[in-house]
This record gives sequence, structure tokens and C-alpha cells, in this order.
Amino acid sequence: MNEAVDVLIIGAGASGAAVAWSLAETKMHILCLDQGGWMNPAAYPSTGRDWEARFFGDYSPSPNIRARPEDYPINDDNSPIKVVNFNGVGGSTVMYTAHFPRLHPSDFKVKTLDGVADDWPIDYDTLAPFFAENDRMMGVSGLSGDPAFPPTEPPMPPLPLGRSGAALGKAMNKLGWHWWPSDTTVATTDYEGRARCINLGHCTPACAQGAKASTDITYWPAALRAGVELRTHCRVREITTNEHGMASGVVYYDKDGVEQFQGAEVVIIACNGIGTPRLLLNSASGRFPNGLANSSGLVGKNLMFHPYAQVYGFVEEVTDSNRAPPICLWSKEFYETDLSRGFVRGYAFQFGRGAGPVMEAVMSEAKGILPWGAAHHAVFRRLNGHRLQLSAICEDLPEEHNRVTLDPHLKDIHGIPAPKVDYTIGENSAKMMEHGVARAKEVLAAAGATDICVNCPILYGGWHLLGTARMGTDPERSVVNEWGRSHDVKNLFIVDGSVFVTSGGVNPTSTIQAIALYIADQMKSRLANLFD
Amino acid sequence: MLTKPALTPAQRDDLRSFAAMIIPDSAEYKVPGADDPKIQADIVATLGRDTEPVREALDHLARLAGQPLAGLDPARRETVAKEFRNSGGAAAATLIRVVLQCYYRDDRVLRSLGLELRPPFPEGYTLEQGDWSLLDPVKARPAMWRRVP
Repeated sequence: MNEAVDVLIIGAGASGAAVAWSLAETKMHILCLDQGGWMNPAAYPSTGRDWEARFFGDYSPSPNIRARPEDYPINDDNSPIKVVNFNGVGGSTVMYTAHFPRLHPSDFKVKTLDGVADDWPIDYDTLAPFFAENDRMMGVSGLSGDPAFPPTEPPMPPLPLGRSGAALGKAMNKLGWHWWPSDTTVATTDYEGRARCINLGHCTPACAQGAKASTDITYWPAALRAGVELRTHCRVREITTNEHGMASGVVYYDKDGVEQFQGAEVVIIACNGIGTPRLLLNSASGRFPNGLANSSGLVGKNLMFHPYAQVYGFVEEVTDSNRAPPICLWSKEFYETDLSRGFVRGYAFQFGRGAGPVMEAVMSEAKGILPWGAAHHAVFRRLNGHRLQLSAICEDLPEEHNRVTLDPHLKDIHGIPAPKVDYTIGENSAKMMEHGVARAKEVLAAAGATDICVNCPILYGGWHLLGTARMGTDPERSVVNEWGRSHDVKNLFIVDGSVFVTSGGVNPTSTIQAIALYIADQMKSRLANLFD
Repeated sequence: MLTKPALTPAQRDDLRSFAAMIIPDSAEYKVPGADDPKIQADIVATLGRDTEPVREALDHLARLAGQPLAGLDPARRETVAKEFRNSGGAAAATLIRVVLQCYYRDDRVLRSLGLELRPPFPEGYTLEQGDWSLLDPVKARPAMWRRVP
């Protein structure tokens, strides 16, 4: 029998780590369960000559392809965008590009400003101190002074522009469009025990050097030193409730596959926009027949992905290709609403430096621009090391038919029902993507690129899993309140991307973590009456 | 007990012929073709989770060819390959990808491309700063983020 804890956190990824670290100062007994284990950087792909090939296998971003024991299957057949994630201590911060923008102030007020979706119950100013705290904890590199965003002070200088950044910057200047070096969690100086980046380049499938921040090397060491307990290879099946309708703990399978019960006074879910609704729906009971915390019926609904429209081409000059962190710049030229474009809201561009030889060969062959036969060699030499690319990351509006449910047949290795995703790209998003593709082609033309190719949407581009347990003040229209507590279950909190009301048009990890820190702060300030 | 080979001899023959169609050797660039024995050995040795789709793709290729690929005249071989590419689906894409991923990590090929024969870690690469004055016109822009009420 496990001793009951004060706080039980489910998931050790971006938000679970942040909330654990923040709550540690309370000296409560805090336990985190994660279905995966600690990562071993010595085994990361960039340590071996097969570094690119592993992207198609055990380091694929798709859990269905990767299929490690830590992963659970996801039925995303009915979606044009496939879910990608990573499971283990650090979660998807182990496997992300480290691109680290924040949601804009306008993203929290979309109903007020544009008459669509809903406003958030919190705003940018509320989160601002937590963004800054998170930047310090994760270690953000960037450049102050971006005219497209309120003032920020990243603790480290930006990544070099490099050849690719300079070529893209020149092209953007020709068009008179905004661009700026991206905020990134890749360390550009020695920082809090992490060495500065030496440009392994293959950042997304985990950084063997440790220059890229993932929570296993940022928040977790600090949280563990402060007394938080982290139990790995423990997959939670369901959250249990007591006769008062309060969460009483969880049932999980331990590293040996043995069913265990863990009691807790407070339960915090940090399992991402797919894993969280899956867990809540799997926690249905007589008292909560439609799933836990689901009196609104919105658990699993309003899934938002950020459809990506990627465009790339090839220039005569040599680019950085795989020899540097993959993302170098962003543009917010088309971020804020301009109704003359034919859609509301907007998108950011993120600019990529290029690709390694295997990825270049595979992608270019698939697109039909790299021929078979005698011409192959000459064409490959013209393409390889000459790629410039950019992607429009489009704001996805919440639509209830885009949802996560439980698959009636598919189960994980523990027999727990797997999530099923039903998703279509909305009309507004589709218009936005079309606009993004057209503008991206103009950028590449200005850069002198040829052999233009388009991926719209990026098939394996479902990185950002948002909206499936949204926050709000109305219990009939939201799952958690404005500080992350379930409307229905007063000792149950959600701190991951599920609580997003709208998606914005930028990568969400920075905002997810800021929200987790904010919710932890709210909890600390309300400890005396947390369940009122 | 002997482990069953990943591919039958006939499948290996077709794989070799097919790989050479994608990437033949080149005297100009001093590189082998993808049918080179070392590259073929790498493909077969590292099939792993791709084994089943590659077998499926080679079976499909064999059905289209009706005989060993090497035995077809060049024109017919081209036709079969084109049909395979169009109708082979995910399995064909996997077969092509495993050929490419093994070819483009071969020492001789990387050397010909001017690339170093090593993984990224631990040495990394050098990234030049680039011309930061390019950012001056952007810095001169007025604030453009949308104010909220």
C-alpha cells in the first residue's frame, strides 16, 4: 500500500515539471508519476552515424511509429494532421525544436477583438511574470526589442543568424516584412550547468549535448533537490473519487506492470491535450458517467493543432542545412487580424535552416524533384545544403467537432483504452494556410529560390495539442476555472495545453509552462481554502 | 537454430537491381551506386522495423515485373519501376527511403559530397554569426503588436 501524498502530479513533461518545481517550496509531499523513464543522452540519435535514419524509427516524432513501451497508440486515422509527441521524463520537451515564442496579448481576447471563439479568463499581463520566470528556468536565448511583441528580456543572446538566417532576412527586407531572431531554449552561453550550443544541428529528436532545454535537465533536477518525488514507468489508468466527489488518488501500473493505488489530497493532470482527456474519459464512474470533470461535456472537445503550411526551395548559395539548430527566425508580419486577407486571426512564420543529406534525399525524392537514374547525382548536389524553408503556423480556432474520444478497440500495452482523434481543418484555418503558402512563395522568390515545394498541412505536424479541457469562468462552457481547478472536482487541477481557450499562432510550450507556474502560484496563495 | 534471413535471395536480387535504378554509380562523382555490396549489406542488416513493409514492397515489385527485375530489358524495367512508384503506397516509400538512408551515410558518398564522416556529436559544427545589420530596418519599425482593451 502506497502512503497517500499531499499532491500527485501525473506527467513529468513541460507543465508537470514546472508545477512540481513551483509547488516544492510548500514542503508538501509531492509525487509525480510518469509513464516513461529518464532519458539517456548517450543514446540519442546524434551520437551515431545513423542519426538521420532513427527519425524514421525509434526517434520518430509519431508515437504510433516510434512505439516505445512508454508510448501509447493514438488512432488519428480520421485526421489530416497526425499527432506527434514524446513520452518520458521531460515529455515532448525532449523532442521539440526549442522554438519558444509566447502567445501575444491579443491571443487572450479573440472574442473581444475579432468576435470569434472566446476570450480567455486570464490575460497576457497576468502571465507575464510567469513567462519571465519560465524563461529563466528553461534558459531562453533571444533578442530584446522585437517590434511585434511587448518588451522581453531573454537571459541569453540569440542564436547566430548563420547563412540561412541572413539569406532569409535579406529576402524579408526586400519585401519590407517583419522578421526577428527566434527566442529559443537552446543555450547560447554556458547557463545553469548547461554548456553553450555547439551546433549538433539534430536538435528536434533530443539534444545529446544538453544545450537544448528539456525539463529533465532544467526543472526536474531543481524539483528533486527540493524534495519532490518522481516515480517513473508508472502509467496511470484512472483517477479515483470518493463519496464526496473529490479525487482520492489514482490507479496505475508500475514498472513491473503491477496495478497500484496511490492516494492523494490533490491531483494535478499534466498529460497534454490528448493524454489529459483520455485520462479523464477513462476515469468515468457511477458518479461521473461521462468521464471525470466533464459535466460541461467539453472534455476532449475543441482540439486545436496549429495546422502548418510549409514551403521550401533551394538557393545557389550554401545554407546552414543540418549544421545548426533548425529554426532561426520568426515573422509576425501576418500575425494580427487583417480582414482584407479573408480570414480572422493570423499566423507566424518560422524559418528553417535546412536539412541533412538523408532527409534531403528522402523528402526531395518523395516530392519528385530528385530524379532516379544518372541525373540523380547532379541534382542532389544542387539541392543538398542549399535548402531554405519556412512554415506558417496557423491559429486554429476551437470547434467542438474536433475532438478526442476513447477508441472502442485500440488499447495500450496495459489494456487501457487509447485515444481517438477526429479532426478537420476549419475554413478559416484553410484560408490562412493558403495565404501563408502564397506569402512564403514570395519570400522564397525574393531569396532567389527555385524548385519550390509545399507541404500543406504538414502531415506529421500535430505537435501542439490544445483546448480539450478549456479554462473559463462558466462551468457549462469550460472544464477548469481561471486558475486551473476543475469546476466539478474541487481538488483536481489541469495544467497542460488542454486548458487553452484558443491556440494563438505560435508554438505553445512557453505559454503552457507559464500557465503551469501561474496555476501553481494560485494554488500556493489559496492553500488555506483551496477546495472552497 | 538459424535466424530466418530478412529477405529471400530473390528479394535481395530485386532490391539490388531496384536500388541501382534509383542511384546508379557515377564515375564523374566517384561514387558507387546503391547496388554496391557494402550499401546493400547495410540495407539488409539495418532493416529492423522496416522489414515487413520492404518485403511487401519487393513482393509487389516482383508481381509487376513477373520475373527477376535484372532480367527485364531496360525499357520494361523503367515501366515497371514507374508503375511501382505510383501504386506501391507506403511500402514502396519505405523501400525507397531505406535505400536512400543507407546510401547517404556511406563513407564514399559522404566524402564525395564534402561531408565529414562522423555523427554530429560530440564535435558539432561552426555556425557563423551572419550580418546582424540586416536587422536594422526591422528595429526601426514602430511597435506593431496589437493592443488589447
